[in-house]
Amino acid sequence: MTVLKSREALLALAILVSVGIIAMRFPAFVAPGNLANVFNDTAPLMLLAIGQMIVILTKCIDLSVAANLALTGMVAALMNGAGVPLPLILCAVIVLGGVLGAVNGVLVWKLGIPSIVVTLGTMTIYRGTIFIMTEGKWVNAHEMTEGFKALPRLVFLGLPVMSWIAIATILIFAVVLTRTALGRAFYAVGGNPHAAVYAGIDVGRTQFWAFVISGALAGFTGYLWVARYAVAYVDVAGGFELDVVAACVIGGIAIAGGAGSIWGAMLGAIFLGVIKNALPVVGISPFWQMAISGTAIILAVAFNAAQSRPKGRLILREAAQ
Amino acid sequence: MEPVLRLRGISKSFPGVKALSGVQLDLYPGQVTALIGENGAGKSTIVKVLTGIYQPEEGTIEIDGRETRFASADAAAKAGVTAIHQETVLFDELSVAENIWLGHAPRGRFGLIDRRAMRAGAVRLLDEIGAKLDPDQRLGDLGIASRHMVAIARALSIEARVVVLDEPTAALSHKEIHELYELVETLKAQGKAILFISHKFDEVFRIADRYTVFRDGQFVGEGRMADVTEGQLVQMMVGRSVDQIFPARDHNIGPPVLTVSGYSHPTEFADIGFTLHRGEILGFYGLVGAGRSEVMQALFGITTPSKGACRIDDEVRVIRSTSEAIEAGIVYVPEDRGRQGAVKGLPIFQNVTLPSLGAVSRAGFLRMAEELALAREYTQRLDLRAAALDQDVGLLSGGNQQKVVIAKWLATKPRVIILDEPTKGIDIGSKAAVHAFMAELAAQGLAIIMVSSEIPEVLGMSDRVIVMREGRIVDEVTGERMTPEALVRAAAGLAVAA
Amino acid sequence: MTAPAPRIVVDRLHSPFRRALRSWETILLVVAVAVFIGNTFLSPYFLNAWNLSDATFNFTEKAMIAFAMAMLIVAGEIDLSVASIIALASTAMGLVMTAGAGVPVIVLVGIGTGLICGAVNGFLVAGMGLPSIVVTIGTMSLFRGIAFIVLGDQAFNGYPPEFAFFGQGYVWWVISFELVLFIIFALIYWAVLHRSTFGRAVYAIGNNATAAQFSGIRVQRVRFILFLLTGVMSGVAAVCLTSRLGSTRPSIATGWELEVVTMVVLGGVNILGGSGTIPGVVLAAIIMGMVTFGFGLLNVPGIVMSVFLGALLIGVIAVPRLLRGK
Repeated sequence: MTVLKSREALLALAILVSVGIIAMRFPAFVAPGNLANVFNDTAPLMLLAIGQMIVILTKCIDLSVAANLALTGMVAALMNGAGVPLPLILCAVIVLGGVLGAVNGVLVWKLGIPSIVVTLGTMTIYRGTIFIMTEGKWVNAHEMTEGFKALPRLVFLGLPVMSWIAIATILIFAVVLTRTALGRAFYAVGGNPHAAVYAGIDVGRTQFWAFVISGALAGFTGYLWVARYAVAYVDVAGGFELDVVAACVIGGIAIAGGAGSIWGAMLGAIFLGVIKNALPVVGISPFWQMAISGTAIILAVAFNAAQSRPKGRLILREAAQ
Repeated sequence: MEPVLRLRGISKSFPGVKALSGVQLDLYPGQVTALIGENGAGKSTIVKVLTGIYQPEEGTIEIDGRETRFASADAAAKAGVTAIHQETVLFDELSVAENIWLGHAPRGRFGLIDRRAMRAGAVRLLDEIGAKLDPDQRLGDLGIASRHMVAIARALSIEARVVVLDEPTAALSHKEIHELYELVETLKAQGKAILFISHKFDEVFRIADRYTVFRDGQFVGEGRMADVTEGQLVQMMVGRSVDQIFPARDHNIGPPVLTVSGYSHPTEFADIGFTLHRGEILGFYGLVGAGRSEVMQALFGITTPSKGACRIDDEVRVIRSTSEAIEAGIVYVPEDRGRQGAVKGLPIFQNVTLPSLGAVSRAGFLRMAEELALAREYTQRLDLRAAALDQDVGLLSGGNQQKVVIAKWLATKPRVIILDEPTKGIDIGSKAAVHAFMAELAAQGLAIIMVSSEIPEVLGMSDRVIVMREGRIVDEVTGERMTPEALVRAAAGLAVAA
Repeated sequence: MTAPAPRIVVDRLHSPFRRALRSWETILLVVAVAVFIGNTFLSPYFLNAWNLSDATFNFTEKAMIAFAMAMLIVAGEIDLSVASIIALASTAMGLVMTAGAGVPVIVLVGIGTGLICGAVNGFLVAGMGLPSIVVTIGTMSLFRGIAFIVLGDQAFNGYPPEFAFFGQGYVWWVISFELVLFIIFALIYWAVLHRSTFGRAVYAIGNNATAAQFSGIRVQRVRFILFLLTGVMSGVAAVCLTSRLGSTRPSIATGWELEVVTMVVLGGVNILGGSGTIPGVVLAAIIMGMVTFGFGLLNVPGIVMSVFLGALLIGVIAVPRLLRGK
């Protein structure tokens, strides 16, 4: 645990240092209001990163989250257009997202298909479904009710509701992951699937629940996204799944499963959020963002690997000391 | 006394194999029952039946005289059966306390895991077995012996009534084994029924109260240890009387082939030096973890030594990769056959030709007929039993896989062959075949290094024995000094007996 | 102990013919024929030499990458950055084109960029021992990111007319240059994977990399070469695609990595490594190309096509598992 803690401290330090450097030239960036904006802007990434992190813990990967988000977001917008009340829409997006996640989960659990193949497939299917539903038409701001659009932006105690949702979700899952049987099962399944069976844990079923959680979070975020940006179309959040995986990798979630903490994943997401928001401030073209996050992924995975290199048996006495 | 657990008529088959046919097993409270059998006798299958991983097709499982059914691993754990496995499979990333309580942690408010209770429980259980471990420590940072402690504490935590110890001493040092024996005594005193699976007879006679013997998936016999001799047990195991006879050899030692001097590695071994001759079998004895395999893997180019030189026929060779080792004429039959030896998924003939691809190809392109011819030649020399040369090597028995691995190396026409625990985990028939073949190779002038932890094998096969301890050579025994006592004392770091 | 008489172990359990009959490639062949027949019924325009020739452009470029990707996946690795390599290679070609370079230089720069990108992936995976899936998700962002830095929302246009040959030219009658290239590469990759010592090393590594290393195979070198090959093939595909489109945008070939992986998996390559064949990939490429073309004849939009491909990817793996009862 000490290694993990130090890694998260290191990441937090890296974020603070980069924010500090930006602040020296552009003090406006660290104004509380702006920092709150950065946080709020990063909320969708954090929500999806929680789900992705859980999936990765169980030795799987979910590349369908962004497509899931776009599909449920579109369904939310269409329901809103059909006059469905908001509470019902909120329930519907979580359920629909969960069902889409469950489809991935069943294919991995019951048929044993590698998750990368499953979610590559469902990613194109989910996004294509939006097109088939809408024939490529957009749902624009004026087609959405005010209440639908307002919820994520409502300000409560100085922060938008979207930020509060992210904070609440992080806290809930921090407890779920450390204090519930299912939470510990995610770690056990990824860390040692063989032993998990002997501990009475069903590996496939645990992976299934990871996908359901990832899907439900993506579904919920789908509503938040569409409501906040007040537009829904086929390519919403295109390629966002890579940012989500990047946040996890940067946050030290081991791609081989079983290791990592929610705080790491959240710091990874915030790191990407800070970069994205800082680029225009420091006057760098936003086109740099993609290359920077790619580099961050590579550096993070190299760092992870350097830390977990096997050390041999340390047979010699002097080596053991 | 009534048994806690009673199995009757248990059968389990897999496609093409009947792993268990109508076996029985009784386990009594406060007693250690040793399960004895060759590899393939059905020992691991019965463990999986006991722990609910496999469901038998026939037969009954009774606990306290009541018939039950273990539909899942969970059900078996709830019924109080727990197993501690060959490589103590637990969770590196979780803490000691979590490893003990995973799956049945104490719950507090809102059904959440009560971490304080979990920690306190872990401390109590670890105390009970005399293990000084920090419950918050990450398991991955512990050694094998400590991991066993955690596994046993876990067994106690589910209030297990039946504890299965599946080859628990396989990877432990002398001292650790001793501690494990004490633990077993503690468990016995608590009235647990213990099933102890081991290959080592001395161990079985030391700690078991009863025995049950399986052969080829069938029940052969059971009884009290006090009423049986080693010879009788062996006879039950193999169905025939086998004295462990090693092939007669004419010790025709030639000139030096391999000279190693000052071989050192920053953390694994230091100052290793020896000379190996043509036609010689040089034994390497030591406790598990003495650094023997590490030295051999450095000679074979898997790891690079930091210091030292290696000469072949007086020519200095620098070996930084396995291909350079093969070029120099050194080959290595690894201990971990499944992971490092056989390439499962590839057919037999492709396994055999893998290090000799250059010899069966022209300009980088393979000649199928030459490949098959080479594979046929060497597999026949080893008397391989297989359906066809294009059969997946993973479908063969352990003994036959080992033959494929040895054939693979002989096909490179090596000067020096290193065999790391060559007969570990293979049946007695194949064992004798491997020994006979080693003698034949030595007679043909090959220089052989044999790493082995089995004293009869080391003494029976070697011309000389080097003993290693904690990464260093501590003794070299030859001639009259080649006695079990000399090896054990040197390996354990005791003064050499007068 | 009396040694039993040595047994003769036969070379082969089943004849090659019986083996072939039960193989995945045979199923693919049947599917390909069915799609072909289906298309002729769907549209009277299908059975026309020029239309068929057009149809080949749907798969030739992706298939070239798929051959190298197939070897990479057999070896237990994956490269998700191939489409981004195309974007970067195309951008590099655009840059030298704008600087006034001639066709040979443009082509060399395209292939060379692919080679360098492959070397970067290879170094990170084989040299540093990092997991290829994460590394190539990273370089996927990095390579295309560089293309975006260079181009932003601009595009390179105005490639010399002679450059058009690679993506639009015909060697003879309806046989396009790309089709010829596809056939040549198919033969080369078939020979390398199925008949060469290198190919054997690839299979050995995919089944058990540790045992392969213990058998004297230079595992990391083989891995490095495989990434180089995938990079080079992406560079070649970039030349063809840029030539065919006549322009470079940073979003060029978006999503191709998925189509290439789908092609490889549909071709019967085990995504976990260890098995798969080039003929399988060739058939998968042809099927995917003809299905795309068939959908095109029916005026079905591309995105619906991708839904079909996604379902196909899962279906081809799921159905045999369902039939086997897992």
